[in-house]
Amino acid sequence: MIVFEYVAEALFLGFVALTFMGGFMAIRSKMLMHAVLGLAVSLLGVAGLYFHLGSPFLAMMQILIYVGAVCIIIVLGVMIGNTPDQLAAKKQSRKNLPLALFTCALGFIGLFVAIISRTTFTAASDKIGDMSIRFVGENLLYQYCLAFELISVVLLTAIIGAIILARDGREEKTS
Amino acid sequence: MISANLNSYLIIAAVLLVIGLYGMMQHRSLIGMLISSEFILNGAALNFMAFNRFVAPNPAVGQIYALFIMGIAAAEAAIAVSIIIAVYRKFQSEDPEEIQDMKM
Repeated sequence: MIVFEYVAEALFLGFVALTFMGGFMAIRSKMLMHAVLGLAVSLLGVAGLYFHLGSPFLAMMQILIYVGAVCIIIVLGVMIGNTPDQLAAKKQSRKNLPLALFTCALGFIGLFVAIISRTTFTAASDKIGDMSIRFVGENLLYQYCLAFELISVVLLTAIIGAIILARDGREEKTS
Repeated sequence: MISANLNSYLIIAAVLLVIGLYGMMQHRSLIGMLISSEFILNGAALNFMAFNRFVAPNPAVGQIYALFIMGIAAAEAAIAVSIIIAVYRKFQSEDPEEIQDMKM
C-alpha cells in the first residue's frame, strides 16, 4: 500500500515539473509555435494536478477544452507570426526585461510569504456530497443553473463576435 | 506528502500566475501575450480547485467554477485571435509597440 503512495507522489512531482517546464518553454521561446507547444504541455500538467485533486472529470475537460480547443484556436493565430528568418533579422528590444523580472520576483515573493505565513485555512467540518460527476451535474443544473446558462450565452456571443470581426476585415479588403 | 497539502497547490498556482505575468510583459507579439493570459487563468482555476478539495464544504462548487473559467478562456481565446487577425490586417504587424493608434 505504501508503494502506491510513493508512486502517486512521484506522479505529482512529474506533473508539477511538466507544468513548470511547459510554462518556461512558452515564455522563453521566440517562435510562437514553440510557445503554443509549451502551453499545451503545461496545460497537460495542470490536468494531472486536477486528477490529484480528486476530479478526473475536470482533468478530462481540461484536456478537451484547453489542450483540444484553445490551443488549436491559438495555432490558427500563429500564421500571422514571424518566420525564423524575420526573427533573426529583427532586433529584439529588451528594455522592459529587468522591469518584468523585478515585478515577477516581487509578486512571487509576496504571494509565497502570504501563503506560508497564513496556514490557518480551517477545513469544513462536514462535507455535503462527493466529487462524483453525478453530484457536479446535479449542482450545475439545480443550484448553479445561472452559471450554466451564462456560459452558454457568453460562448454564443463570442462565436458571433469572432465571425463578425473576422468577416469585416475580409469585406474591407475585397471592396 | 506534499500532494495532500493545500499550500503546495497554492504555490504552484502562484508560480503559474507569475509565469503568465512575466510572459505578458516580456513577449513581443500579441499572440504571445494571449498565451501568457491562459497561464494566469489556469492559476486561478487551480486555486479554486485546491480550496475546493481541502477547505470548501460543497465539493461541486470549485469544479463548477473551474469549468466556468475554462468556458471563459475558450471564448476569450476565440475573440482575442479574431481581434488580433483584424489588427494584423490593418497594421501588417503584431508587435504591440508598432500598434499605436486606434483609427480604423
